[in-house]
Amino acid sequence: MPAEVMMEERKSGQSKKAGFLLDTTKNLLKNKLAVIGLIIIVIQVLMAVFAPLIASHPPNEQNVGAPFLGVFSEGHLLGTDNYGRDIWSRIVYGARISLIVGISTVGIGLIGGIALGLLAGYYKKLDAIIMRIVDLLFAFPGILLAMLIIAILGTSLVNVVIAISIWSIPGCARIVRGSVLSIKNQEYVLALRSIGAGNARILLKHILPNCIAPIIVFATTRMATAILSTAALSYLGLGAQPPTPEWGAMIAVGQNFMWDAPHMSIVPGIAIMLTVFAFNVVGDGLRDALDPNMNLN
Amino acid sequence: MTSQKSLLEIEDLKTYYPIKGGILQKTKGYVKAVNDISLTVYKGETLGIVGESGCGKSTLGRTILGLEKKSGGTIRYRGEDISSLSERKLKKYRKNMQMVFQDPFASLDPRQKIGDALEEVFVIHKIGSKAERKRRVLQLLKEVGLKEEHYDRYPHEFSGGQRQRIGIARALALNPSLIVCDEAVSALDVSVQASIIKLLKDLQKKHNLTYLFISHDLGVVRHISDRVLVMYLGKAVELATTKQLFDNPQHPYTKALLSAIPRPIPKRKKERIKLEGDIPSASNYPSGCPFHTRCPIATEQCKISEPKWKEIEAGHFVACHYA
Repeated sequence: MPAEVMMEERKSGQSKKAGFLLDTTKNLLKNKLAVIGLIIIVIQVLMAVFAPLIASHPPNEQNVGAPFLGVFSEGHLLGTDNYGRDIWSRIVYGARISLIVGISTVGIGLIGGIALGLLAGYYKKLDAIIMRIVDLLFAFPGILLAMLIIAILGTSLVNVVIAISIWSIPGCARIVRGSVLSIKNQEYVLALRSIGAGNARILLKHILPNCIAPIIVFATTRMATAILSTAALSYLGLGAQPPTPEWGAMIAVGQNFMWDAPHMSIVPGIAIMLTVFAFNVVGDGLRDALDPNMNLN
Repeated sequence: MTSQKSLLEIEDLKTYYPIKGGILQKTKGYVKAVNDISLTVYKGETLGIVGESGCGKSTLGRTILGLEKKSGGTIRYRGEDISSLSERKLKKYRKNMQMVFQDPFASLDPRQKIGDALEEVFVIHKIGSKAERKRRVLQLLKEVGLKEEHYDRYPHEFSGGQRQRIGIARALALNPSLIVCDEAVSALDVSVQASIIKLLKDLQKKHNLTYLFISHDLGVVRHISDRVLVMYLGKAVELATTKQLFDNPQHPYTKALLSAIPRPIPKRKKERIKLEGDIPSASNYPSGCPFHTRCPIATEQCKISEPKWKEIEAGHFVACHYA
């Protein structure tokens, strides 16, 4: 017997211990654009966490004597706005808001979406009901749905989080449902049932871990959308209220002084753009890294 | 080999899948995957089940284990009707009946280590403490010819043959008396097939196991089985001991199947019976004998009346008007 086993083992190749996580990281780091995105995200996270140390002024400190200072002015790296507030400091604190809003909306969206997706994919009877509700949510353009929810709940950053979370649920539910549908027909699910595993065990311990890859990709790209939508809603005056240093709200204020002090809206605009870009390229990179079979060079 | 003590009695077993259509998802018809099969499986024997793809042999195996819902008939295990038990009570019987699957690359959760996968069997059935479970898993690994260091590895680190050994270990974990091997060696290389079959035979002897060995490979079935059931389109067409069936096939379908086995000495040609046409759809069932559309000796009678399941000599059953 041992001789036969050794024969079989030789075919199996060398054992890769750490496996999955290491492979993914390696693949991701090969993608230059994703590395750039990752660096931007890391910088943003550092900015958000250490905001009080990095910012040169308190974000809401007014200096009536020095409004509309341009970029690279003395003491104000990115200039000041109409009240003489330091824009660099406001950008730094704004990163905090963007990240918190992004993470919490994606988090809530994922919890709802995964739960609905798992149920819809696994139980045929629930599928029709859940997916019709999801289709209904899909029928609204995202921003419009968010505005509708805010109109009901009132304007505030918390309500923005709720609105964008609800809008994230259907997309996530669809992705998870699709993965569950393909995984539940795998032989190992049948094998689990034949050893007596219950539905809850099969769903949570076996199906969920196997559809984690598309969920990670969804979460990353969704972060970009969430941050952008928060900015858009704040720009429209539906989200963060002044004087909160939110990027979208900063653009809204800046557009009144577009000709005299264009940096007031351009600087936060660039901040939003870089963040959204970073999350998108990392999401794309992750998709390729998690699925090496789909190499699209 | 057979002690003639029955382990499993199957009577008129049917597994139909509804075909739904239209806006209201009304049932338009049925796919008769398993159609009226009656069968007794004896303790300690290996019963081979052969037939073309789509003839319902896998569905038969799954229905016996309760993985597919039967549409009619009864399944008795050691004299007790288990086919209408609730899910909860079935769990107890699941211990006695296990399955080895066809595709060794799909039958293991890719994100779960081998040791955890095997231990899970005991966790589900609440057997033993943590240390006991691990000891038992290591013992199982050794029993199927794997090593202790394989405990912490993921399925992708194994070859097909090794994975099939893991599948066998999982089936063996609960000390079952019946194991359904659903094309258990079909996906493997010939050399690995031989070692897996040897393992199955050794385990059978050691644990006094009963096998339902589902395969389309007649050579393998002949080698491992005590008795063989031939299926066609969800129906049993012939059941006999391996010797009877291979020496003296009665049903024209069995004859055609046997004539298709490749022979080691090509010169010693035997007449090859060629079947015309395709296997009819199980959703559009032929009248009379299901085989009449392709049978070389079919007559008018075959189109009208369905042949009875009759015993033509001791232990040799066949369903044909002309046998």
